Amino acid sequence: MAGGEIVEILDRADGYVETNRAASKGSDLLAGRTVINLFFETSTRTRTSFELAGKRLGADVINMEVAWSSIKKGETLIDTAMTLNAMHPDALVVRAPDSGAVKLLSEKVNCAVVNAGDGSHEHPTQALLDALTIRRRRGRLDGLRVAICGDIAHSRVARSNIHLLNTMGAEVRVIAPPTLLPSGIEKLGVTAFTDMRKGLEGCDIVMMLRLQIERMQGSFVPSIREYFHFYGLDYEKLANAKPDALIMHPGPMNRGVEIDSVVADDIDRSLIRQQVEMGVAVRMAVLAKLTGEERSEAQ
Amino acid sequence: MKAATNAPARVAYTNARLLDPASGLDSPGGLLTENGQIADLGPPLFNEGLPEDAEVVDCGGACLAPGLVDMRAQLGEPGFEHKETIASGGRVAASGGITSVVCLPNTEPVIDDVAGLEFVARRAREAKGVKVYAYGALTRNCAGEQITEIGLLSEAGAPGFTDGLKAVANAQTMRRALSYSSVFDTVLLQHPEEPALATGAMNGGELATRLGLPGSPAKAEVILVERDLRLVEMTGGRYHVSHITTAESIEAIRRAKTRGLPVTCDTAPHYFTLNEEAVGDYRTFAKVSPPLRSEADRLAVLEGLADGTIDAIASDHDPQDQDSKRLPFAAAAPGIAGLETLLPLSLALVHKGRMGLLEVLRKLTEGPARILRLEAGRLMKGAAADLLVFDPDTPWTVDPDAFLAKCKNSPFEDHPVKGRALRTVVDGRTIFPASQEPSRR
Repeated sequence: MAGGEIVEILDRADGYVETNRAASKGSDLLAGRTVINLFFETSTRTRTSFELAGKRLGADVINMEVAWSSIKKGETLIDTAMTLNAMHPDALVVRAPDSGAVKLLSEKVNCAVVNAGDGSHEHPTQALLDALTIRRRRGRLDGLRVAICGDIAHSRVARSNIHLLNTMGAEVRVIAPPTLLPSGIEKLGVTAFTDMRKGLEGCDIVMMLRLQIERMQGSFVPSIREYFHFYGLDYEKLANAKPDALIMHPGPMNRGVEIDSVVADDIDRSLIRQQVEMGVAVRMAVLAKLTGEERSEAQ
Repeated sequence: MKAATNAPARVAYTNARLLDPASGLDSPGGLLTENGQIADLGPPLFNEGLPEDAEVVDCGGACLAPGLVDMRAQLGEPGFEHKETIASGGRVAASGGITSVVCLPNTEPVIDDVAGLEFVARRAREAKGVKVYAYGALTRNCAGEQITEIGLLSEAGAPGFTDGLKAVANAQTMRRALSYSSVFDTVLLQHPEEPALATGAMNGGELATRLGLPGSPAKAEVILVERDLRLVEMTGGRYHVSHITTAESIEAIRRAKTRGLPVTCDTAPHYFTLNEEAVGDYRTFAKVSPPLRSEADRLAVLEGLADGTIDAIASDHDPQDQDSKRLPFAAAAPGIAGLETLLPLSLALVHKGRMGLLEVLRKLTEGPARILRLEAGRLMKGAAADLLVFDPDTPWTVDPDAFLAKCKNSPFEDHPVKGRALRTVVDGRTIFPASQEPSRR
């Protein structure tokens, strides 16, 4: 996605923020359009966010939660896509646990496809909503120093944010134990740190990622206790960032694992609630852009 | 591990041959300790007379060197107190000239958390003898699956991490461990045997075939070492091969060092003193893991020591009681009680002209201390007064029955050696011989 396109979506989303705060949020921009939320992975906030976004724009929204295991043993992903395609939706919003699955699906349908997260690859609307959150608070993205901390290896949020923030001229750092830093990450345009205190120096924004606790007891990280000691965000480590550094988290949070509860709930520093609010606005902008005026393939 | 309260304030060691491998010092002279530290040393010291208030130890021309640092020993505690304890093993170590011992974590329970380290530290404090450190287990319960809290254990004082007698077989676990540990600048110590191959009772080859014993091939060592060296290259973690025994694995380390990889290794006296022939007629005291190897491998260990490929000599002390050894060879436990023979067997390298005295001492002091980042193994102003006074030359014969150790499982019965510890000092306090008081002037 080019810088101009990003700015266009963010500008449009800015307007929807006001719509969403009004008592009457209805719009008929997408009246008569059909949006299918096709989720192969359980999700609360992303699915709800897309559902609200579609409904507030007047579209007919259908939610489908399909177990990924059924895709593996029965009807293929492509069959599912083509079946849905035959019902003429205007947009498919797809979340899948395998990297690249959304792209595969998009090649087989002729409606717009929005990637709502595919494996460890990308989560573009998360990056957009993060950008909108930062821009509204700081007025810009250009020149900011942003640290993304935690399970970089398995994070689609990290990858999408790295691409977007680099495109918009921010300086991106990633901070993680070496077992959670994928090889060649520097080639994506970031500086990698294994010492959180050093990595946070001079940062304007600290983005925490969820540690996949189900993966914790493997050999990536020895224990939650040790992870929090060295990589959990608390005030002591945060003191290394700029005094007015802001904290973000895509959710769901593991309090006491990657982030201290008190820090997460600090209304002066934490943007976590705003991120959720911006999510709906950004997804409205994305749906409006893709299905409102012209029809085009996305992502 | 701080200066004991009953240490004399000042002790003057006179008439000594000062030996410090780190600085290359080898000359007659004296050394003054004050409040548990080395206050001064050198050839001219005490030429102007002795300090008024100091106790005097006349070394009578004997060697005065840093106390030995034994980087691999099993002290039985917790869990195997019938074989050794930190107190008993510590006394034995002191009698062998050792002032710092690092013990393995494969105890019962395994030392894989901070509480385990603290237990060892407390026992060592109570024993008031040698300094005792413990490695942290590299994986939980030494099971080779989940890495331990390497960061917290490092902060709590673990000088390195190992699964003791077991190799980490899983390459992914080893890769992640090397990668993760690199943040904490600690070292991972590997038992060098690919476990699926090393299932024998002795070295694989002709002798094992004749004896009808299952053999562990020498290749089992180099296969694991070479795999690990690739992982070191990939991750940048610091890696150490414990008790290295074969020509090929020593050559692999030599090449890795040339390429600048952060790797080190140690061996034990039995691997350069004996070969597989010591097994003879099913002598279980010569059963050890990795097994005693061929004569060519033994010579390669000597060469590796002489050219610096092998950084350290450890006692590899593994006490086994009668019940564990009086068994058919294949069923007997491996292990050699090595604390009391570490110094004399190492000094044989000097007497046989293989290496200089300072070079041998380096493998026993500064070498292991450097690998483990221990503040030990040097004669230096301000350093802890951990000292060894020893006689390098007097011949004697090893008699395991006379060992102080609880277990007498040594294959060196009647082995002629030269040299032994005369006095061992920790933090300025003489801990061996136990009852000896320095003469008061």
